[in-house]
Amino acid sequence: MAEVKLVTLTKKFNSITAVNEMNLDIKDKEFFVLLGPTGAGKTTTLRLVAGLEKPDKGDIYLGENRVNNWVPAVRDVAFVFQYYTLYPHYTVRQNLEFPLKSNLRKTPKDEINRIVSEVSRILHIEHLLDRQTVNLSGGEMQRVAIGRAIVRRPKVFLMDEPLSNLDAKLREEMRAELARLHMDLGSTFFYVTHDQIEAMTMGDRIGVLNEGKMMQTGEHDEIYNRPRNMFVAKFVGSPVINLLESEIVGEKLVIGRHDHAMECTLTDLQCRLVGRASGKKVFLGMRPEDIIISKDKKEKNSFKCSVYFKQSMGVEDILNLKFGEDLIFRAISPPRMMVDIGAEVYATFLMERAHIFDGETEERLEMPG
Amino acid sequence: MAEIILENIVKRFGSLVAVNHLDLVIKDREFVVLLGPSGCGKTTTLRMISGLELPDEGKILLDGVDVTMKRASRRDIAFVFQLYALYPHMTVYENMAFPLRTQGFKGNKVDMEIKQAAELLRIGHILNKRPRELAGGDMQRVALGRALVRRPKAFLLDEPIGTLDAKFREEMRTELKKLHIDIGATTVYVTHDQVEAMSMGDKVVIMNMGFLQQVGTPQEIYHNPANLFVANFIGSPGMNFIDCVPLKDESTGVSIKLTAVNRVIKIPENLQKLILQKEKVDIELILGIRPEDVTIEFKEFENCINTEVYVIETLGAYNIIDVKVGNETTRVRTLPTVLPDIGTSCFIGLEMSRITFFDKKSGNSIM
Repeated sequence: MAEVKLVTLTKKFNSITAVNEMNLDIKDKEFFVLLGPTGAGKTTTLRLVAGLEKPDKGDIYLGENRVNNWVPAVRDVAFVFQYYTLYPHYTVRQNLEFPLKSNLRKTPKDEINRIVSEVSRILHIEHLLDRQTVNLSGGEMQRVAIGRAIVRRPKVFLMDEPLSNLDAKLREEMRAELARLHMDLGSTFFYVTHDQIEAMTMGDRIGVLNEGKMMQTGEHDEIYNRPRNMFVAKFVGSPVINLLESEIVGEKLVIGRHDHAMECTLTDLQCRLVGRASGKKVFLGMRPEDIIISKDKKEKNSFKCSVYFKQSMGVEDILNLKFGEDLIFRAISPPRMMVDIGAEVYATFLMERAHIFDGETEERLEMPG
Repeated sequence: MAEIILENIVKRFGSLVAVNHLDLVIKDREFVVLLGPSGCGKTTTLRMISGLELPDEGKILLDGVDVTMKRASRRDIAFVFQLYALYPHMTVYENMAFPLRTQGFKGNKVDMEIKQAAELLRIGHILNKRPRELAGGDMQRVALGRALVRRPKAFLLDEPIGTLDAKFREEMRTELKKLHIDIGATTVYVTHDQVEAMSMGDKVVIMNMGFLQQVGTPQEIYHNPANLFVANFIGSPGMNFIDCVPLKDESTGVSIKLTAVNRVIKIPENLQKLILQKEKVDIELILGIRPEDVTIEFKEFENCINTEVYVIETLGAYNIIDVKVGNETTRVRTLPTVLPDIGTSCFIGLEMSRITFFDKKSGNSIM
């Protein structure tokens, strides 16, 4: 079994706490993605698990074993780095064979051949086996690097942004391939990235990390639809969620200046959530796809805006809409609806899809229990 | 004013032709994106516009003046390689002064340049703040301000945000676009990321292996790709391709045989006409269709293709479901609530009005 368990794991570099009391349970065979911005402590966490760094506090378990004092070589994990570390003048085959020929393993020749052909089949690199790695493209090299990790059949794969140096197009293809590879191998993947799309598309579960602190862990659906705080809400989702400073007035949520404000009617549940706290400051979180654009005014929560500018995504446009003088927010235009810059449209907020965050703590308002 | 015209530009490095007979017009105030994979010639093209490289053949005109052999410093064009993070220990003013001082500017001149740029970027009120005191959008404007402090005729940007975090990159795209609307300077922007190209460009220039593939607005290149390369490169994910051969049948007109799965599907009259008119009956074609124009169902329906779920990618606002048609992957964009198990048998349908046919041999669109 290959669970990874971290208990109050802490790592400091001088005055900076890179990883701060982290608790984490990664299940056997799970694809777990640790997501966060540069400097969040993602890579440090991975290096602690690999044994490349020593923790200042806390415990690391691989399966049943506390491995704090184990050297990297005996932890039975494989590390795939952002920069592919291949032997440049070896062929692909030699690169794949290398980990099997080490003194620790001494795999018989037949067995080596069997493993290499199996792994190269899984990764679609059979036709490259006799090529020198210097002659490969970026995507091919990264696949060989992953292949070199796979041949050892480790219990746990640790992957540190393995796709971030690839061209955008290739990255897209590799995402689906990695997700499928994980399924076919049935090993535990612990994957680190700053790219929320990679996290959303590949992870069975996602952990969002900021400044060494775990903000939230959950399945993609939970992270996207019930972000625990504004950091998570902002970090996951593209185009980014709108977070509008607002005030509760009775059963309404008022955005913007009082003489020219957007007034949204809260749902029953939301009314109970904010209680009768009139005057309470909150942030209204609306994902761009939860704002409906139309030429006509809708019945409820529909506001006249002008199109400030738009960004084409091909399949749809991201509209930046302006309400009054200075309130700008993003919405998605319906497929094939042509709207010009400066045009007037109605933006309807689907309040049942709204996220409401406390104005001070920036934490999600949730019903207790 | 800055109109840039490239006429029949060729650039070779030894035996490699990096840019192959390129003609391009970049209008005044236009935001043009040069897009393509590594090694396609986009950066070389930009370097020739800047004067850092000289072409082997052809002409470069800047506002009608031939600058082909002029050195970079004589062209009055700003070349930005990358937007770096700000120095945290310096104020905004000092951050912006830094590149000017390293270029040998002194005293009043530095002050004047910064004040001008600050006015343009609307950051005059925060010049004495330190980066950590700034809101996200302001921080980006300062980063830009530092890069663009010299107000040249045109801005040339070479993957300026490529190394930033994904999230910051997204914010920068919006900020760059806004800035371009505000100041309207001619901008030539190089990237391998089609999202950047689509979301910022007035015009996108797609290159591959030194050759120009297509020039057009984001809408044009998305909906009417000139060839297979463009169709696949644009879009996230790109267009799906399915091998096919049109067959003629006396009673039913022209139908399409999907060769990989040996299935015949019906197509509407206008597509039948097109195939007859272009004489493509019995010729190998490739059917192209975008993921949002493919439907997926879990029971059979008319004109569908039988397949199974290979991978699901959840993106929050929507899902991408990969299925296999023969050995090739077809991607389907669905609502976030469609979540079949991997391996589930399913049926896909194609939105006929959204099909593009390509000639298999040449790779060019026949539409």
